Amino acid sequence: MNQYPGQDIEIIDVGMMYEGSAKPAIKGINVHIKAGEFFSFLGPSGCGKTTILRLVSGFLDPTDGKILIGGKDMRGIGPNKRPTAMIFQNLALFPLMTVAENIGFGLEMRGASLAERRKKAGELLELVDLPGVENKKVNDLSGGQRQRVAIARGLAVEPSVLLLDEPLSALDLKLRQHMRTELRQINKRTGVTFIYITHDQGEALTMSDRIGVMASDGTIEQIATADHLYNNPRTAFVADFVGKNNKIKATVKTIKNGHAVVETSFGLIKGLNPQQLSSGQQAFAFVRPEVISVAGSSENSKNIITCRVKNISFEGAFVTITLDAGGEDTLFMRTHNDGSALFPAIDSEIDVSFGQHNTRLLAGRGYGHA
Amino acid sequence: MHKLIPNLSKNFGIAGSLIITGSIAFWLFGMIILPQLIMIDFSFRPFLPLNKIGGPDDIYTLKNYIVLFTNEFHRAIFIKTIWSSVLVTITALIVCYPIAFYLAKVARGTRFSLILIGLVIPYWINELLRIFAWQLILADTGVLNQLLLAMNVASDPINFRAGNGAVLLGMVYAYILFMVFPLYNAMESLDRNQIDAAHDLGASRFQIHKRIVIPHCKPGIAVGCIMTFMLAAGSIAAPQLLGSPSSFWFSQIIYTNFECANWNQGAAYAMVLTVLCLAFIFAMLKIFKVNLKEIAK
Repeated sequence: MNQYPGQDIEIIDVGMMYEGSAKPAIKGINVHIKAGEFFSFLGPSGCGKTTILRLVSGFLDPTDGKILIGGKDMRGIGPNKRPTAMIFQNLALFPLMTVAENIGFGLEMRGASLAERRKKAGELLELVDLPGVENKKVNDLSGGQRQRVAIARGLAVEPSVLLLDEPLSALDLKLRQHMRTELRQINKRTGVTFIYITHDQGEALTMSDRIGVMASDGTIEQIATADHLYNNPRTAFVADFVGKNNKIKATVKTIKNGHAVVETSFGLIKGLNPQQLSSGQQAFAFVRPEVISVAGSSENSKNIITCRVKNISFEGAFVTITLDAGGEDTLFMRTHNDGSALFPAIDSEIDVSFGQHNTRLLAGRGYGHA
Repeated sequence: MHKLIPNLSKNFGIAGSLIITGSIAFWLFGMIILPQLIMIDFSFRPFLPLNKIGGPDDIYTLKNYIVLFTNEFHRAIFIKTIWSSVLVTITALIVCYPIAFYLAKVARGTRFSLILIGLVIPYWINELLRIFAWQLILADTGVLNQLLLAMNVASDPINFRAGNGAVLLGMVYAYILFMVFPLYNAMESLDRNQIDAAHDLGASRFQIHKRIVIPHCKPGIAVGCIMTFMLAAGSIAAPQLLGSPSSFWFSQIIYTNFECANWNQGAAYAMVLTVLCLAFIFAMLKIFKVNLKEIAK
């Protein structure tokens, strides 16, 4: 249906310093978002995600670098002249107008006739799966319906880029999950480039083609697909922020072709050394809870450590076991409930193992040993 | 309402609640309703020498009201007062709208406080004195004329106070706050994102105001216009101090009538002015499609 061909967005060395502020909200941002891509900026609140969105939409101009949309420098071009449409966090629908008037607003500003606007509103309501509500007031709609109207209003001006500012955060969990699929489908159906910002990693991981993870200081830590981000975090921040992870204080002892052995409160652990840390350096060993299992025999290529069982939390399909080895770090292990109900007793000692290739040794800003 | 007395007596005791409700009732009836009733009564009686009051000639009549239609001079001034008050209201709206918008949606921090102080401080001074100040500015030997003469812009002093101009100017200045604050209140409650959303969807500045800000502010505009119109229509100080013979105001006729002891005529004209103001209120509510409840907000 590709009726609104998306456009590339190039964010080149962009930094933004607000007037009267001591440090930049964002700095050194470099992303090339492809036409039609669903790209998410994921980061904790206050990391400058919204600033990026406002820069792309034209409410702000960057103090450093430049932003190109479809190869064209956007500096000095106001939000009403850019091929972008923004979906606000609170949606910002116009309460005094009907649904059709809301959706037709952008076209009205471009001088389209009433008939044209009504036709477009009908089509778009069809697209967002909400036909027949043209004459309702927006306040008479439910949260999810308002969501769809906001998206329809944004799409009505046939933007190349749709900018979404955490629009799902006000919805309840079930509706949110449903809308994730919906948004993804609208993105693929229309071919419009989507830029989505969120602090909710579940949202970012499920919807996005690619994700840019941002740290609190307004820089991008890593840009990657969801699975790559989860399995191959490049920095300690990403490993810690995306998904549940065990974070174990470690000091590098020896290094050898891409791997390193580190000393931890659980003893010596061997893992991948993607940052090429050198011996003596302080770092963290990151191990996902789901890659840890009770050690069997003949597992000499794995890390095997002896721990004490502190707690067992039964969650139905999964069981999370909390372990420690007398040191300050605890280790979470998450296993499938295979129905045998053979869980270790609390305070018993067990050997657990995890693959060396599943252990990543990472350091990074804000990740020194306190 | 039916819970008012029990609630009051719970908090203040029987005696306390009687004092409170009693004083409110006195204020309402004694200070507001009763004087108005007396005025209405006066307005329907003929103007008679003292010895004939209460005599056979003292009957209810519409004479005092009919004068307004028969006396050409009074009628012209009445119509001019309405027209000029509308002009003051429109001018005040045009002047105050950008101020209110700037205060509500643009200004931050110190700048906001400075503008607010700048708006409010003149109101610490009596209205009469503020209008006197304009007299000093606009007089033949006033500040403005001296400035123009010194700059050789004018060779002779300009009579700024001829015609209506000075009176309207004085009134707009005197009633700015009554227009700014209702507008500001209404604009303050407008979600900034709505403005941004409209802008993002392609609306120009003008279109944003036409389609988003003004529709949202209707109750505020109505309140501001009502207040300014009523103050202007009933104003006495500005026409008295800044006016010329050609800028006679209806309130001045009322004043003169009372001064000449013709209370009956004065009361009738005062009633006409009151009814005019009420009519203006309802016209405003109709035009802006708001109800009294929204305005009370």
